[in-house]
Amino acid sequence: MLSELRTIWEVLKHTFTKAETVQYPEQMPYLSPRYRGRIVLTRDPDGEERCVACNLCAAVCPVDCIALQKGTREDGTWYPEFFRINFSRCIMCGMCEEACPTYAIQLTPDFEMCEYDRQNMVYEKEHLLINGVGKYPDYNFYRVSGMKTATKDKGEARNEASPIDTKSLLP
Amino acid sequence: MPELTAELMPVLLALIILVGGVAGAAILTWFERRLLGVWQDRHGPNRLGPFGIGQVLADMIKLLFKDDWVPPFADRLVFIFAPTAIVVAMMMGFAVVPFAPDVMIIDVNIGLLFFLGMTSLAVYSVLLGGLASNNKYALLGGLRSAAQMVSYEVFMGLSLMGVVMMSGSFSLVDIVAAQSDVWFCFSQVLGLIVFVIAGIAESHRLPFDLPEAEHELTAGFHTEYGGMKFAMFMLGEYLGLMLISCMIVTLFFGGWHGPALIGQWLPPLFWFGFKVFIVICFFVLLRAAIPRPRYDQLMSLGWKVMLPITLVNLLVTGAVLLWMEGA
Repeated sequence: MLSELRTIWEVLKHTFTKAETVQYPEQMPYLSPRYRGRIVLTRDPDGEERCVACNLCAAVCPVDCIALQKGTREDGTWYPEFFRINFSRCIMCGMCEEACPTYAIQLTPDFEMCEYDRQNMVYEKEHLLINGVGKYPDYNFYRVSGMKTATKDKGEARNEASPIDTKSLLP
Repeated sequence: MPELTAELMPVLLALIILVGGVAGAAILTWFERRLLGVWQDRHGPNRLGPFGIGQVLADMIKLLFKDDWVPPFADRLVFIFAPTAIVVAMMMGFAVVPFAPDVMIIDVNIGLLFFLGMTSLAVYSVLLGGLASNNKYALLGGLRSAAQMVSYEVFMGLSLMGVVMMSGSFSLVDIVAAQSDVWFCFSQVLGLIVFVIAGIAESHRLPFDLPEAEHELTAGFHTEYGGMKFAMFMLGEYLGLMLISCMIVTLFFGGWHGPALIGQWLPPLFWFGFKVFIVICFFVLLRAAIPRPRYDQLMSLGWKVMLPITLVNLLVTGAVLLWMEGA
């Protein structure tokens, strides 16, 4: 009986406490920069697409919502011919971002993606691609990787040693 | 002309109570949700209109336009009759409530008994609704409500006998007049406690809403009801809440009398309304704070605690009255 009276008193004290509710459309909640929301494809500092169509994001995706097709440019680099994310399936787990070797795919603090038509939830490459570098402003995959491109040869990448002449090691 | 006004007064008042009761019950649904929000650190319905009062309108439109469906396995006639019974009974109960010295529909010398009779009739609504639905959850709800209301009825009536003894009348006007000096909430503390608890059980409000306990019986006696028939049950429940609040104020908190010193500053109708408002807020607070007891706990509370308290109260009140008369 006493505990009931105490409960009533404790609840009555809440008359003077503030409501915890965030009045969402008028009052935006703070989302941290690492919040896992809408997925974007970023570009490197030179303005080229970062994605090298390695397919790791599509492989790691637990709900199989990413589809892409590899294409090869004239200088030998790879790029996605199409890159499609079905956001009606996406669970915003961020595994694609972790898997991506070139920081191309990134999750952003945006979650307002409602559509009246389900087909509009399927984002193509032109919807995903942004004109920016995202969270890693200086990173350019082809500058640090040992791959030979039109602008640099083997051994010319940042912090890369010159290629070893394997023939010279022969006895 | 003055005679005509005196004749028309009760009719006019009855119409006002009919419309005001329905509107009040509708607004109470919104008010209760807002108040629960305050006590649970959230806002409650606050989107439509000023302070969200438009929610009442939205709910009404929704309930009015819902399919008025009767399940094929239900007892059709009783199924349709049940929700109206509670509204009619509760509305009838308002007939004897003295709102202010001259603002009442009828002053009968059995006013209190009339009120008790009308609230007892409300049990038929819940019981028949549960039976006619032909559904096991509804049947269990109806069963529980029958047992709960019949047992709480006993000491609900007995708890008021102390008030009747002290005022010497069953007329509610006389009872209020007898409280012009000291309200019965001071001299009849035990009676007040028992009546409040029995009143909650009688109007099956939340701490004692076992007939509709939603996590055991889906929705209890109104599982099969929808649309306006469901709305009638809700209307009856909120009318019952208001009626019980009115009765608590009338019987224990001095009716239209204001507090000792500042009572004269404002009209009697205001004091009555204000006190009813406070009591309704208290009922909502109980809903926010107290969890629902188990069914056997409810029954043992009724018979093992409430009934002895009531009898002791009756005995002591009678002894004191006799002693004062003898002295």
